[in-house]
Amino acid sequence: MLTSTFETPDISHITTSDANYVYEPAEDSFLFLDALQSDYEELKKSKPNICLEVGCGSGVCITFLAKMLGQQAAVYWCTDINPHAVCLAKKTAQQNGIVLEAVQTDLMQCFEARLAGEIDVLLFNPPYVVTPSEEVGGNGIEASWAGGLHGREVIDRFLPIVPKFLSKSGVLYLVVVKENKPEEIGEIMASHNFEMTTVLTRRSGPELLSVLKFRRKLTDR
Amino acid sequence: MKLLTHNFLTSNIIKGVTKGYPLQIMAEKVDVKEVEFNPDFVTKMLPKIDWSALIKAAKDVGHGDGLPEAVIENPESNEEFLKAAHNALMQVEVIEGKLVCPESQREFPINNGIPNMLLNEDEV
Repeated sequence: MLTSTFETPDISHITTSDANYVYEPAEDSFLFLDALQSDYEELKKSKPNICLEVGCGSGVCITFLAKMLGQQAAVYWCTDINPHAVCLAKKTAQQNGIVLEAVQTDLMQCFEARLAGEIDVLLFNPPYVVTPSEEVGGNGIEASWAGGLHGREVIDRFLPIVPKFLSKSGVLYLVVVKENKPEEIGEIMASHNFEMTTVLTRRSGPELLSVLKFRRKLTDR
Repeated sequence: MKLLTHNFLTSNIIKGVTKGYPLQIMAEKVDVKEVEFNPDFVTKMLPKIDWSALIKAAKDVGHGDGLPEAVIENPESNEEFLKAAHNALMQVEVIEGKLVCPESQREFPINNGIPNMLLNEDEV
């Protein structure tokens, strides 16, 4: 059987000046697209209505998801702490004929009360690079990579809020590197009754990247 | 910012604010952008929508006409209603302006259609 393939979003509008302020799509972003594409049939079948990408950066991933699942089928939201990122994400969507709603916020803070239990597809390519802790917490381009201790400081703030936001059959896709200790992340999510699977793994230079997928255990769905 | 997005935003994370909803819209520039009508999507979103917040928001930005005060019975079989809801949720966009927290009066700017909901560390 032929698997469906989808085009990488057009990113030719991203200027060198944009790249000074926003993380440009790179190996990790493209692995993320590949992972979403490999789950296309399952995602399509689940008929998601609410899709959200946290820390969207250039917006290439949520744009790809919207192209894949169809603009009219769902609402596509993205957030970023970096004002240049949310702006560029909207442009990336526009460049690819997609309407994307962007909000500048920390993770999903401004949605906490009203989106509880509602998100069907949640995406996060977090700042996963191991850095000194002092580098974490800004809202410039460094926020796209600086992950602090084990590259986990932002991931660890994010994980506990995931169960609150995801709908019953909701799914989270998360990019990690080996240094983030994926098995430990799996244990944290297991304590919330979530199961973890690894969708794709690829080595890119010094990084051993994986896209992890989390869903509630069958008994909770 | 579409009114759909506005319907899901709160400022309750601010220290001392309990509900922070709905945020008041002070619009300087509003656009209506055509979006393809998908009755299934609108029908599925309706139970998630706070209708009174939507009505107020639509009126605040001058696009409240044709919206009933409450969601009608069997909305899925009333195309006129679904189209009015689609217009308010998906087509009306605030491009410039601000959102105001109903309790603390904290203002959140909207520029280029993007609300900035970021809070300072001492506010949360």
